[in-house]
Amino acid sequence: MIGQSPLRTFIAHAVLILGILIVGFPIYYTFVASTHTLQTILRPPLPLLPGGQLWNNYSEALFGGIGRIGGVSVGQLLLNTTIMALGVAVGKICISILSAYAIVFFRFPLRMTFFWLIFITLMLPVEVRILPTYKVMVDLGMIDTYAGLIIPLIASATATLLFRQFFMTIPGELVEAARVDGAGPWRFFIDILLPVSRTNIAALFVILFIYGWTQYLWPLLVTNSNDMNTIVIALRKMVSFADADTEWHLVMVTAMLAIVPPILVVVLMQRWFVRGLVESEK
Amino acid sequence: MAPQLAITLVFFYWPAGQALYQSMLRQDPFGLRTRFVWFANFRKVLADPAYLNSIQVTVVFSLATAIVAMVVALLLAVMAEKAVRGKGLYRTLLIWPYAVAPAIAGMLWLFLFNPSIGSLAYVLRSLGIAWDPLLNGTHAMILLVSAAAWKQISYNFLFFVAGLQAVPKTLIEAAAMDGAGETKRFWTIVFPLLAPTTFFLLVVNTVYALFDTFGIVHAVTGGGPGKATETLVYKVYNDGFVNLILGDSAAQSVILMAIVIALTAIQFRYVERKVHYG
Repeated sequence: MIGQSPLRTFIAHAVLILGILIVGFPIYYTFVASTHTLQTILRPPLPLLPGGQLWNNYSEALFGGIGRIGGVSVGQLLLNTTIMALGVAVGKICISILSAYAIVFFRFPLRMTFFWLIFITLMLPVEVRILPTYKVMVDLGMIDTYAGLIIPLIASATATLLFRQFFMTIPGELVEAARVDGAGPWRFFIDILLPVSRTNIAALFVILFIYGWTQYLWPLLVTNSNDMNTIVIALRKMVSFADADTEWHLVMVTAMLAIVPPILVVVLMQRWFVRGLVESEK
Repeated sequence: MAPQLAITLVFFYWPAGQALYQSMLRQDPFGLRTRFVWFANFRKVLADPAYLNSIQVTVVFSLATAIVAMVVALLLAVMAEKAVRGKGLYRTLLIWPYAVAPAIAGMLWLFLFNPSIGSLAYVLRSLGIAWDPLLNGTHAMILLVSAAAWKQISYNFLFFVAGLQAVPKTLIEAAAMDGAGETKRFWTIVFPLLAPTTFFLLVVNTVYALFDTFGIVHAVTGGGPGKATETLVYKVYNDGFVNLILGDSAAQSVILMAIVIALTAIQFRYVERKVHYG
């Protein structure tokens, strides 16, 4: 290791702390704002320290229902968003692990055709085909349902590809050994494949959970009624800069509640998250 | 296998086909008759000054976002490599924004910088800067880029850290023995070896700025003021769902698909090249 002068180390720390300040400040300030009264927020500059309204604001938002979005409580929004994020994460993992299993371990006609059919979807995110996809949803009567929120987002190829790559590294001897011991395809899947891909599943789960939680365009289109909105969309509806009646203190509470769960997931599952992110994208 | 195929076919190929088909149709103003017009919609869209403006906006926005996010992240990653103590803590504190939805990131920044109640806008004004992102297109763009780049820093940071760790220590030590200073070591050894990571991130960031930032644009500026921040994806949404010009919107969708496919192809070429390098 090359020695470093104390000055350089000091600079490194200083830059990092500055970076953390930039990264953390908007979130911290939102928290501060969520603990003040509306009157304090409307008169800038806002104090840098939290105020005393923490309990009042949060209980009002969580249990009271918010007028601008049709009296829906933030609790309901959180529930919707959680269902959507979990649904996307779990659904995508289940579907793609099964497809990858089929593609890697079975020989059947048109196998590669199917693989390419799935593979091409990698290139086209929802954003570029919103209108026709929306039409399909209307035809199937899936507007304002959880299924409508979740299912179209499940069918993408990233997770399938990741599992495929991982399965291909599983040595043929393992498959042979399982077969010699009399394990059928299903048994092999449950007893061998699932346990060895545990870390991959955890990593993917974190990434997909965040993906589902932060979706914007799709929930915006598919949910019309206020009590089916995800928290991000509801937040957008609560903010208005044109008129003065935006209840900023409640907006800030909602923003905090929308931010904190995914941050917790990322920070607590950091090890898998970092691994999954760096590996899945390469 | 079957479930994914079914979902892919219903929610993917069917809509994509519809988009292609619809992009060649034109409805009369009352929606009574629909005509097949081949590529007329494409010609119309490509000749439309609003569309060309939107392309320009998108290019400026994507490049600015990608560059800002990457430069900041690289700086932080290099510093994090140097700071031996507290590396894990710094990383934990820097990855937060990844979990924040783009739309919320946009709203937080708007809250800080909006002219009437934003505290940082207040600071700017007291410094004598006439700051108004709601009326001034350039200011609105700066605000969007900051919010979009802010959210992307943590992602780039993680990749740069991984890239830096892959640089062989022996090379750096050899250079140090030859008398290369720290700055020189960085530019002649570390930076070139990071090139694959950098290039990969450039593609990913561009795609991010093209698509995932719809939420930011929609939540913060709504494409305005005027059309100063109307990106391509926002225009597809606006023409299709708000103005109901279906043919144009579909034609734009198809153009976007072409752009994404091109970007993905570039990315894959790069992946192949990396394999050759081992």
